[in-house]
Amino acid sequence: MSAKFPVILPLNATLRRPPGGLPTLRLAPWHGLILAAIILFSAAAAEAATGAATRASVLVVLARWSPLLWRGFGLNILISFLSMAIGTVLGAFLGLGLIAVTAPVRSVSWAITQFFRNAPWLVLLFFMIFLLPFHMHVGGLSISLPGWLKAVVGLALPVMANVAEIVRGGVRSIHPGQWEAAESLGFTRRQQLWLIILPQSVKRMLPPWMNLYAILTTSTTLASIVGVDEVVTLAGQVLAAEGSRPGLLAPIYAYVLLMFFAYTYPIAWATQRLERRYQVRI
Amino acid sequence: MANEPLVVIDNLHKSFGHVEVIKGVSLAVSKGEVACIIGPSGSGKSTLIRCVNALVPFERGSIKVLGIEVNDPKLDKLKLRKHVGMVFQQYNLFPHRTALQNVMMAPIQVLKRPKQAVEAEAYALLRKVRLEGKEHAYPGELSGGQQQRVAIARSLAMKPDLMLFDEVTAALDPETVGEVLLTIRQLAEEGMTCILVTHEMGFAREVANEIYFTDQGVIVEHGPPAQFFSAPRDPRTQAFLSQIL
Repeated sequence: MSAKFPVILPLNATLRRPPGGLPTLRLAPWHGLILAAIILFSAAAAEAATGAATRASVLVVLARWSPLLWRGFGLNILISFLSMAIGTVLGAFLGLGLIAVTAPVRSVSWAITQFFRNAPWLVLLFFMIFLLPFHMHVGGLSISLPGWLKAVVGLALPVMANVAEIVRGGVRSIHPGQWEAAESLGFTRRQQLWLIILPQSVKRMLPPWMNLYAILTTSTTLASIVGVDEVVTLAGQVLAAEGSRPGLLAPIYAYVLLMFFAYTYPIAWATQRLERRYQVRI
Repeated sequence: MANEPLVVIDNLHKSFGHVEVIKGVSLAVSKGEVACIIGPSGSGKSTLIRCVNALVPFERGSIKVLGIEVNDPKLDKLKLRKHVGMVFQQYNLFPHRTALQNVMMAPIQVLKRPKQAVEAEAYALLRKVRLEGKEHAYPGELSGGQQQRVAIARSLAMKPDLMLFDEVTAALDPETVGEVLLTIRQLAEEGMTCILVTHEMGFAREVANEIYFTDQGVIVEHGPPAQFFSAPRDPRTQAFLSQIL
C-alpha cells in the first residue's frame, strides 16, 4: 500500500537490504519449474539424439542414481548445519566485539571480520584443507579429520564474519534513544545490551541470518573442488559411470539444482515473510 | 530547606567538534523548584539538561547535583542517576516490555529491590499517571500521550530527587499534550524538583518558578514567569516572545 507514495519507496528499499550486506537469495516457485523443465527437455533431447534403444533412458538413469545423489546431498546439508552452528556461535562473540566499548577489542574484531568477509570462500576452503592435518593428536587421543570436516571449518569462517556483521547491524538498527533511556535509568552497559538492545534486535537479525544460511547451503558445493564426496562430486562420478554421455550432463546437474531449490526455497520464502512482518512493526 | 540548591550549574561549556553549543551557562535550581528552559531551536537547551545526568560529557565548568560533581572522570554515574530521572521527547519506552514491566525493570535490575514491593509500587505509579487498566499493554498499543505518561512513571519508579523533561510534549498530538502536562503539574505540586525544556509557553508560565531563556548557547535572560512574560528586558527575548505569543 505504501507503493503509491513515491517518498516512501527509498526507505522501503533500504529496509529490505539485510544488515549483513550479503545479496539476498530471492527464489520464486517458477525457478523450480524451470529446473524441472530443463530435466525433462534435455532428457527428451538426449533420447532423440541417440536413439534410446540400446541405452537406458535419462529418467531411468536419474532414478537409478537417486539414492546415491540424495546421500551426497545429505552431506551438503550436514556440512551447512555444522558450519552454520560453529559460525553463528563464533560470529555472535565477534559481533559483540564489534560493538565493544574498548577500542582495541573493537579494532581487532573489525580486522578479523573484514578479513574473513572479504576473502573468497573457496580460498578459505583451500587454506583449511591444506592447513589442517588429517590426524590430530590431542593427549593420547588420535582424531582423524576427514575432508568434509575440514570443509565445515573452512566454511564456518566466512559465516562467522557475516554473522558478526549481522549482529552489529542488528544492534545498530535500534534507535539510540533506547540506549539513552536505559542509561539514564542507571542500567550498566552490559544490562543495556542484554536486557534492552539485544532482545529487540534479535528478531531483526533473523531474516539476514536465514538468508546467510541459504547462501551457505548452496556454497557447500564448493567442497567438491577440494574432493569431498558431496552431491556435485557424486554427480560427476555418476556421469563418468554412465560413460560420460553428453546428453546426461544437463539433466543430472538440473536434478542437483532442483534438490537445492527444494531445500532453500522454503527458507527464502520464510525469510521474506519475516522481513515483511518486521518491516511493518518498527 | 526550601532554598537549598539541589542543582548548581557553574560556567558550563560544551562543544560538538568545533561548534560550541553551550558557552558558559550558570544556574541554580532549589529543592522543590520548577525551572523552565525556553528558547529557539538549536540554542543548546536539550544538550544542557543532558549534561545534568551525564548523558553527554562536557569540557569545562561544573554541575553539582546534590553535591555530586558531574564533571569528574571518576564520577559514579549509577549514583548520580539514582537521583536524576529523565523523560525524553520520543518517550523511548522499551517496546518489548509491557507498561508495567517498563516501570518495574530499573528498580529490580538496577536497585536490586524485591519484585513484590516494586510491582505494588509500579501499579500505584501507573494509577497516579491515570493509566489504570493499561498495565499489560505494550508501548505500541498505547497513544503517544499514554506512552509519555508510562515514561514518567518509569522514571519516578527510581524515586529520583530531580526530574528532567526534554521537550516531552513536542512529539505529541495536540489533544494528548494536556494529559501529559497535567501529570507534570501534579508532580510539581507535590514538590518534585523539575527542570523542563519546553515550547509550551502557557504551561511554563503556570508551573515554573523560574524561566530561563537561552539563545546561541547562553542564558539571555531569566526571572519569575510573571516578570519574564510581561516585561522582558532583552531585545532577543522580546523578539522571541513576540513570535510565539
